[in-house]
Amino acid sequence: MIRLENVTFGYGDTPVLREVSFRIAPGESRVIMGPSGSGKSTILRLILGLDRPWSGKVLVDGRDIAALKGAELRDLRKRIGMVFQDGALFDSMTIGENVGYYQFEYSKKTDDQIEGEVRQMLQFVDLDTELIDRLPEELSGGMRRRVAIARALLSTRPSLMLFDEPTTGLDPQATANVLALIKKLQEQERISVIIVTHQIADAVKLADKFVIIHTGRLVFDGDLDQLRQCATPEVQDFLSPFRQSVGEVIKRNFV
Amino acid sequence: MITGLYQSFKRFVFDVDQLSRFSARMVLSLFGRPVYLAETMEQMYLIGIGSLFLVILTGIFAGQGLALQFSMELADFGSKNYLGRLMALSVIRELGPILAGLMVAARVAAGITAEIGSMKSSNQLDALTAFGVDPIRKLAAPRLIALVVMVPVLTVICDFIAIMGGWVIALFIAHLTSTTYMSAVNAKLTFGNVFIGLLKPFVFAFIIAFISCYKGFTATGGTKGVGRATTESVMIASITILIVNFIVTKVVFTFLKGYL
Ligand SMILES: Nc1ncnc2c1ncn2[C@@H]1O[C@H](COP(=O)(O)OP(=O)(O)OP(=O)(O)O)[C@@H](O)[C@H]1O
Ligand SMILES: [Mg+2]
Repeated sequence: MIRLENVTFGYGDTPVLREVSFRIAPGESRVIMGPSGSGKSTILRLILGLDRPWSGKVLVDGRDIAALKGAELRDLRKRIGMVFQDGALFDSMTIGENVGYYQFEYSKKTDDQIEGEVRQMLQFVDLDTELIDRLPEELSGGMRRRVAIARALLSTRPSLMLFDEPTTGLDPQATANVLALIKKLQEQERISVIIVTHQIADAVKLADKFVIIHTGRLVFDGDLDQLRQCATPEVQDFLSPFRQSVGEVIKRNFV
Repeated sequence: MITGLYQSFKRFVFDVDQLSRFSARMVLSLFGRPVYLAETMEQMYLIGIGSLFLVILTGIFAGQGLALQFSMELADFGSKNYLGRLMALSVIRELGPILAGLMVAARVAAGITAEIGSMKSSNQLDALTAFGVDPIRKLAAPRLIALVVMVPVLTVICDFIAIMGGWVIALFIAHLTSTTYMSAVNAKLTFGNVFIGLLKPFVFAFIIAFISCYKGFTATGGTKGVGRATTESVMIASITILIVNFIVTKVVFTFLKGYL
């Protein structure tokens, strides 16, 4: 369970998030949307405890992440999988070492066993297993993104996955695969998922509740029906380019 | 102008404060689990073997140069037999530690800062943290251990090579016998000299590790920023080594005079 309570945070002196509050029940998923630079990635960083709020609280499983230290914090993080917006692959390690990173670090499995799992995971995200010995710099942007997703998925049973724009820059086929994969996590593994995305068409497939952030403020928190009826000007502004596609998606998926 | 000075002084105090805190965290991360043994071995190899050629090369030429100067000056006083003593003294106490320290600072400090700095700028440090790994324990501690082991070893090698460089000069230019030179060297291999000659590289190793890791972990401003941090890292480490070298010499002279 994730809870943000009146979180205010910024880099340097300028606040980036102001008084943001929302909660996500166990097993529930949430899509965070909002214009570029509005503070979406920052929210994910706060949930992981990579940054600490100026004021307010970030609670993960009922525990204030800013108050946790050392081993406790590390143990909590091990249960959270994160796909960074830019992938953040370890560029001096091979694809195999990247994807198997968590296993190499923590599990007592043999290298062969881990390699087997890595190969499976690469197939799962639709990547050629030949890539296992390549370096990240030899891959295209979309391929790197899928490696990053594979790496996050191969952590031992995360109870929460954070995806920062997992489908941006992917072709329709890869996008469909990634979406299917996230759905599978939610439905089969009952993992709570938080997804940051600009693609509203993806958003409605991934969660039935949405959060919209606008210049650091939370301007919307609710489901699709509420979203359609929402009259807040910032939400209207954000949605206007999508109006049509929202309509289509809703028709296709729900009518 | 006064306010400018004041500002840079404040900045300096801030930096020293941050560096001390960071260094303390690095030392603390040496204790407790997990211990990254493979990383530590790899760093020892990279730092030790990687710097070996450089240290040998500088050792040979600096040793020969020094011996050449000494032998000419000593010849004027008819005391060429002392060449070995002077060589042993100056190489073990000063030249060896400084040369090895500066060479490792140039080569290894630059590498460490650049590597950690670019990991920071591409979010790889955050990715490590997200995996529940402490980047200081994973990246900084192995480098600290490797430096603390390897800098003294490299210094001893550098000492040996420089003294052997002096031996070549003694034999072929100063026309001394091998025994004369070597027994003179031997006369100065006292406990005090060897102690100061090993204490220095040990201290330098900490300086190089603290400054290069700190500069890497705090690098900001993308590629350019990493470049700047790398240059500063080598510069600050080198200057600090020279200053601390003087301080160590002074302190040892004050307190351990009887053993030298
Ligand atoms: N390390 C940093 N230092 C200073 N400012 C930062 C830093 N990271 C982000 N910011 C600022 O914080 C604000 C929010 O950034 P954030 O990355 O959370 O946006 P975002 O909503 O994820 O945008 P996008 O959709 O483009 O990824 C931006 O105005 C950005 O300039
Ligand atoms: Mg972002």
